[in-house]
Amino acid sequence: MKLLALFATLMTGAILLYGTMDFPAFGDPQSPAATHLATYFTENAVRETHVPNLVTAVLGDYRGYDTMFETVVIYCAGLAVVSVLRKKKPSVPENKS
Amino acid sequence: MRLLQDQTAEQKLGESLIIQTAVRILVPFIQLFGLYVIVHGHYSPGGGFQGGVILGASFVLLTLAFDQKFALKYMSEKANNILSNAGALLFTGTATLCAICYGGKFLDYSALDKLLPLGPIAWRSFGIFVIEVGVGLAVMSISASLFWLLGSNGEMDEGL
Amino acid sequence: MDQIAALIIAKYNYWIYVTLMMIGFYAMIGKRNLVKKLIGLNIFQTAIILMFVSAGVKKGAKIPILDKHHVMEHGVNVVDIVNPVPHVLMLTAIVVAVSVTGVALAILLRIYREYGTLEEDEILEKLGR
Repeated sequence: MKLLALFATLMTGAILLYGTMDFPAFGDPQSPAATHLATYFTENAVRETHVPNLVTAVLGDYRGYDTMFETVVIYCAGLAVVSVLRKKKPSVPENKS
Repeated sequence: MRLLQDQTAEQKLGESLIIQTAVRILVPFIQLFGLYVIVHGHYSPGGGFQGGVILGASFVLLTLAFDQKFALKYMSEKANNILSNAGALLFTGTATLCAICYGGKFLDYSALDKLLPLGPIAWRSFGIFVIEVGVGLAVMSISASLFWLLGSNGEMDEGL
Repeated sequence: MDQIAALIIAKYNYWIYVTLMMIGFYAMIGKRNLVKKLIGLNIFQTAIILMFVSAGVKKGAKIPILDKHHVMEHGVNVVDIVNPVPHVLMLTAIVVAVSVTGVALAILLRIYREYGTLEEDEILEKLGR
């Protein structure tokens, strides 16, 4: 069973490494991730929002949906933990009847 | 698990006087630093998530050095629930206020300019600040309540 | 041979995250203890975070915090600034990872309360399978 798991893990790693042959090199300024939308954010975010920290500007304004539903996700996580774990102690002893 | 809790309660493991005094002095400064990280997120590395986690970690430190009852004196369970609700509501409420305010779009903070004229760009900056505070409140109270609930097996009483 | 070595050196970040991902994946499917599975999940998430952050790196670039007045007057050269979008995505992903860990630990505590063990086969035995 453990040998099967090891085999599956090694196969997945080999496939992923084969997939990275097409990926851009480390630190490439012309990689696809850096050329499409990030260029617009870097050039215009300070002028449009007056926030020098680009991460905060993108987090709060351009990707507001992402951040909002992410807050809802952690709120739901807190709600789930309370509803799974919380137990109230009985305030009156139960052996009266 | 029960045995370990009993041992801890009897022998006061990890609760020496030095640790307690150091934590008592450190905790206000940690909370001040967390507030700074939230508020100064426009100009330096920081923001709602990071500052909220620092604020939550201060309560975790109080719980580890003292007792959970002692930490719950600073932030009761009811206040914690109210703060987590208020944080999520501040974010979604600001977003909805943008939408219902004179034909603006959802999460477009420049629409709030018609409510209080400061200029659309200044409102975009200020709207980011408001939602960062909301995120910080939610992350703080939920990370603290996760630790308290997991540490006390759901009883919110004596804890670890 | 030199070409293969050059390829590995140019993309060594992918080798690191694939190795981390393999460790986490093996822990998730190979181990029998549920807490070890959860630790494997966390290592897996760390690998994904590392991959995204390394996708935003530009060689010789600065952090994405700009000088406001300088940018308003002269503009900014995009090649000099690190890509901020993967940082934003991973900032939210880290907090989601924390809440996933919290919910998973809560469920594990509940399982321990119910069955008295966290080993997978013992739980299946108590379930009567």
